[in-house]
Amino acid sequence: MDMQFLDQERIVVASSTGTVTIFRHHQNNQTLSANQRWEKAHYHVDQDTSCGGAACTGVICNNPEIVTVGEDGRINLFRADQKDAVRSIDNADSSTLHAVTFLRTNEILTVNSIGQLKIWDLRQQRNEPSQIFSLTGDRVPLHCVDRHPNQQHIVATGGQDGMLSIWDIRQGTMPVSLLNAHEAEMWEVHFHPSKPDHLFTCSEDGSLWHWDTSTDVSEKPSFLHQGGRSSTYFSHNAINQSVVSAWLSNDPTKDRMEITNLIPNQTLSVNSLDVLGPCLVYGTDAEAIYVNRQLFA
Amino acid sequence: PPLLVVPGADPSARQLCFAWGPAEALVCETLFGSRGTGEGGPSSSRLFVVRKDQDIYIQTLRKLFNESHGIFIGLQRSEEELAGKSRKAQLVQVSKNYRSVIRACMEDMHQAAISARDPALHSQYSTQVSILSAMELIWNLCEILFVEAAAAGPLLLRLLDWVRLHVCDVDNMVREVLSSENPSKHELFWNVVDVFVLQGRMDEARHLLSKEVSANPTSVNMYKILDDLMKKMPVPSLSNTQTLTEMELKWQHWHEECQRYLQDGTFASNSHMESICKILLGDEDAILEKKELLTTWYHFLVTRLLYSHPTVKPMELRFYAQSSMDLFLGGESSPEPLDTILMAAFEFEMHQVIKECSIALSNWWFVAHLTDLLDHCKLLQSHNLYFGSNMREFLLLEYASGLFSHHSLWQLGVDYFDHCPEYGRVYLELHIERIPLNTEQKALKVLRICEQRQMHEQVRSICKIMAMKALRNNRLGSALSWSIRAKDAAFATLISDRFLKDYCERGSFSDLDLIDNLGPSMLLSDRLTFLGKYREFHRLYGEKRFSEAARLLLMLMTARIAPRSFWMTLLTDALPLLEQKEVIFSAEQTYELMRCLEDLTTGKSDKQKFQEDDVETMKVEMLRLALARNLARVIIKEGTLEGS
Repeated sequence: MDMQFLDQERIVVASSTGTVTIFRHHQNNQTLSANQRWEKAHYHVDQDTSCGGAACTGVICNNPEIVTVGEDGRINLFRADQKDAVRSIDNADSSTLHAVTFLRTNEILTVNSIGQLKIWDLRQQRNEPSQIFSLTGDRVPLHCVDRHPNQQHIVATGGQDGMLSIWDIRQGTMPVSLLNAHEAEMWEVHFHPSKPDHLFTCSEDGSLWHWDTSTDVSEKPSFLHQGGRSSTYFSHNAINQSVVSAWLSNDPTKDRMEITNLIPNQTLSVNSLDVLGPCLVYGTDAEAIYVNRQLFA
Repeated sequence: PPLLVVPGADPSARQLCFAWGPAEALVCETLFGSRGTGEGGPSSSRLFVVRKDQDIYIQTLRKLFNESHGIFIGLQRSEEELAGKSRKAQLVQVSKNYRSVIRACMEDMHQAAISARDPALHSQYSTQVSILSAMELIWNLCEILFVEAAAAGPLLLRLLDWVRLHVCDVDNMVREVLSSENPSKHELFWNVVDVFVLQGRMDEARHLLSKEVSANPTSVNMYKILDDLMKKMPVPSLSNTQTLTEMELKWQHWHEECQRYLQDGTFASNSHMESICKILLGDEDAILEKKELLTTWYHFLVTRLLYSHPTVKPMELRFYAQSSMDLFLGGESSPEPLDTILMAAFEFEMHQVIKECSIALSNWWFVAHLTDLLDHCKLLQSHNLYFGSNMREFLLLEYASGLFSHHSLWQLGVDYFDHCPEYGRVYLELHIERIPLNTEQKALKVLRICEQRQMHEQVRSICKIMAMKALRNNRLGSALSWSIRAKDAAFATLISDRFLKDYCERGSFSDLDLIDNLGPSMLLSDRLTFLGKYREFHRLYGEKRFSEAARLLLMLMTARIAPRSFWMTLLTDALPLLEQKEVIFSAEQTYELMRCLEDLTTGKSDKQKFQEDDVETMKVEMLRLALARNLARVIIKEGTLEGS
């Protein structure tokens, strides 16, 4: 149900049977082979049957550490090449954990199906989150989470009602901005790793949106360019502005945000996407995978 | 119908029972032995699942189903306002899209067949390739005759294209001769020339002939005449440069010229060229001699038409088709299913075509999509079948129902049901509840489909199933989130009771992160509100905000938020507050508490009081004492004047 590259050759895959597998990609003959497997990484303790598997919904890697979360509310910490889990937090959450991402080297963020964003400090031994954030109003389940690649306090989450929320971890327990986006569940959200002013979201309604908050200096009103001094002042201001990310501004209408739907005729859900450099890959429920190699052309 | 033996089921050992499902049948071994022998052994019973549609599980056909779904949806959504020629062009494009998907699938299947190591698998794939090829053949013919409805003139050209595309048994031979160093010396040289002539590929035939004549200069005269005849042959044009009558006149003239040359004996010395001339004249016997190169009766038909009736009208096809088939098969072999289908198409019997295809093919994909396309061309009269829906809808329903038994293709089936106006919704309602929900994500997708179509019953039932599953796995937060989605107050009450039960047993709350952060969903059910507030009471107590805690506790009982059964626990919780050094409850509040206690105890009958154990009675005693003491202290405190 989720997968991520561990390093250049290995991919960690989370399955709906509760198994976490590491596959090795062989470049020379383009094949995959299973390298290591943790069976029953996620399981329910059923009174009738013994240990039915529970779906593993999210995986995140920071070589060699692998963190997985699942429908059983469990957080597992694995180390590649170690047979047993390094640490396992049972019943970390009473509801389903939908996604996980690293906040800092030892801290992870999880989102669950009662609309909570939790920070866990893996150095500490207690099985409690160090911080809990939640949405105001209805506790809409959150399905995906991603952290800004450069500014570690900015986090984006997507919910079941298709809403995109931007959070500032440093302050408050509520999101900074809520953006009405898709008409159905938002399955994945990703910041572009090298151009973090660009964000991508995909949804059950079959659309994939490209959110572009990069502001172009030359497009500002021309009267500010008059005179040498004022223009240098202005450009200094613009640089300052990009440091305080456009994502955190409270008024999305002030800073221009361009949103484009990248799918011309949408039919079935877009379940997953990934983006790197100029390439975008996404998969749909029509059992098709699309590759766009000229994202910023 | 063929007899299917269920492997492993032995009716002689055990009696079998069965039940029908939506797409499969369950066969089960009962405890009874076979008739007459009484009880069978005590061993466990086995269950067999008998499925009739295997095609949906073939890997390479999945692409066919997925891609054709996209084309189908595009067709349903396409604008109806385009009329006349542009609409027809649009429909022809849709038909071509379907065909290209079939061809792509054929390619994949072919590759799979080549690389398959297991001979059984290889033969299965090869069979699939030939089935797909036959499907494309039939579809192409239907496109020419029905969708495009080619008129006399262009009709022949389309049929020629059709034949050239599909008769490929001779391709190898053609390639071999063309790529050899000296084609004219090749033993199959004349065969290839004949193939070109039979398929109306005049330029290629002339090109090859020129090679022959350069190697054999004696026949140069004959060659020049034949070449000239072939060059001058009139063919129907697609553009409007000439009318049909003009073309017919030219053709008649040309035909007579060929006749003259033949009768003059110009080609008498070279039998190959003579036979080519006879073919050009449309001599049936000459054409029939080349049976091996024609390979099929429909090739024979088209060649015949090319050289004897190039301006054939669509309605005349049936006569020529019937006689061609008879002449070609010559009474030796009987027509195969494919032949009957093609014949029905030539006779413009659309319903017959669909009926024959349904019988011959193993699943509904082909007939469902073809019928839908023909329906959009407004070609099918909507005569109702005896159970109410028309043919298009019937076929689509059957096809989509078959998809629902697949763990992933069911999503395609939903869209097909959407476009069946009469029974689609009912079918969808019945099928969607039976999809196995093994992950939450799948359940969410199903729910979204139901919500978009206002199928509230199904939403409720699915949420209940998921909530019960979560509850059984002790995932109380998940259960709560499912009941919030369904706005199911009864279930929320159930979950809260479960929490409260856990608290009573263990003395502490589990899943505090859930209860502390309920937010507005607390209002979904009274019990849930109570749970949230009760937890708040504990928090206030923990933070030593006693007077607020006391007020909350009292409010829980007086506002009737707390269930009656829980009052004892609440009163017991009040005990430490009553025993504090400092007075917390006011006189009013103490009176209220006493009233609650009396309400509780007087409610019980004498018999119940007798059966109560000592702990209960002691608790009540202690409470009464504490309340009385508190009352005493508070009356004094409230009565005392401040200061002095």
